[in-house]
Amino acid sequence: MRVVVDFDRCQSNAVCMDVAPEIFEVRDDNFLYILDEKPSEALRPKLEEAVRRCPTQAISIAED
Amino acid sequence: MASARPGRIVVVGASLAGLSAVETLRQDGFDGELVAVGAEPVLPYDRPPLSKQVLQGHWEPEKTELRDQAQYDALGVTWHLGRRATAVDPAARTVTLDDGEPLAYDGLVIATGATPRWLPGSEGLEGVYVLRTLAECLALRAEFETASRVCVVGAGFIGAEVAASARQRGLDVTVLEALPAPLARAFPAEMGAACAALHLDHGVDLRCGVTVAGFEAVGGRVAGVRLVDPGGSGASPGKAEVVEADVVVVGVGVVPETGWLESSGLALDNGVVCDSTCAAGAPGVVAAGDIARWPNNLFGETMRVEHWSNAVEQGAAAATRLLAGPGEAVDFSPVPYFWSDQYDAKIQFLGRCCPTDDVRIVNGSVDERRFVALFGRDGRLVGALAFSRPRLLMAYRKLLAAKTSFEDALAHAAQAG
Repeated sequence: MRVVVDFDRCQSNAVCMDVAPEIFEVRDDNFLYILDEKPSEALRPKLEEAVRRCPTQAISIAED
Repeated sequence: MASARPGRIVVVGASLAGLSAVETLRQDGFDGELVAVGAEPVLPYDRPPLSKQVLQGHWEPEKTELRDQAQYDALGVTWHLGRRATAVDPAARTVTLDDGEPLAYDGLVIATGATPRWLPGSEGLEGVYVLRTLAECLALRAEFETASRVCVVGAGFIGAEVAASARQRGLDVTVLEALPAPLARAFPAEMGAACAALHLDHGVDLRCGVTVAGFEAVGGRVAGVRLVDPGGSGASPGKAEVVEADVVVVGVGVVPETGWLESSGLALDNGVVCDSTCAAGAPGVVAAGDIARWPNNLFGETMRVEHWSNAVEQGAAAATRLLAGPGEAVDFSPVPYFWSDQYDAKIQFLGRCCPTDDVRIVNGSVDERRFVALFGRDGRLVGALAFSRPRLLMAYRKLLAAKTSFEDALAHAAQAG
């Protein structure tokens, strides 16, 4: 699975970072960085929660 | 699936909380019939961009769609769109739709949200808007194409975002606020001052402490907003001032959409009264989103929360509650979160707040328009507000959820910077 972020939607709320800090980080420049673009299956529940809770619905999961 | 689980669940309200509920029901293994009723004629869409990207003209409406067709197909929901529920009979377990059709349910999710307040004298007047729906947004956006002067009544978050979007389109904007500072009912004064400063930075004519008396109209169309003469305060009595405007946007709050529940016997009090698990007091009935009023045991406070994240989280919690067996119900006790994007500022708030809370700015400053402020009450951290400091702000969610003392939160802040 691959993490996809629509940066046209992302407004750096940092909710994803709170849910899955292994994958997402908002830095002091207020931009979101994807730390792990292809996380392990073990992180799927956290990633799915980040997808659901992202206030701008900017995150999706690609299965490739 | 256990036989005790309901066979048909009806979700009334087809917006974010309702969508979250149906998705959670399927995720939790409910394979019975799902019916959703929505007053608007469209599938669920995202409202926050309406006052920002869509109103500014950067996004077309399609971009607000919350799910694609494949996702809807997988959910297997029967949608009754452009339809309203008019009554519910909890004893018979039926919902009545606006064509008189009764719809039997085993489980019911109430998620009809809230509807904007109007000001007396503005209804039916051309050029006066509230902003809640996509249709209202597009009508207002069309007005912005030709308008030059916009008057926004109410400096809350919707009003502030509309003002920011109008300024970004180059329109002259006046904002009228009844309180002495924006958000003065919810936040300590210095926080309202920070919000006011943002508007002044961007050339908005923000007038606080003024009261709207009525509307001026020419040929059925609004021409201005008439203010109450503050006479008696020593000013020479004269003609009441009129703020001239081509378009007026009213953002003076919302009221929960409970009218259709009045005959139901369910407890209503500024929303649908729920217990701490989102159950609404009748068998198989739960409520979620802007309409639900429930005791949040994390804060020891009964609340109704009108924000995006709560709609998602409470929609999910209410769905899970509906499927819970005896003794399985769990409290819904989240840390409320909201954000507002205005101009180049990102405002974020976690937790609770009232004007009398102890407030400390722990990072940055109001002058920089970048800061983190913490709110303490009775020695406990109850809220955190940030202007353009998302990374630092979000770290406080776990501290709020853990009922951290104000002292420990300040110590965390000293370390985190």
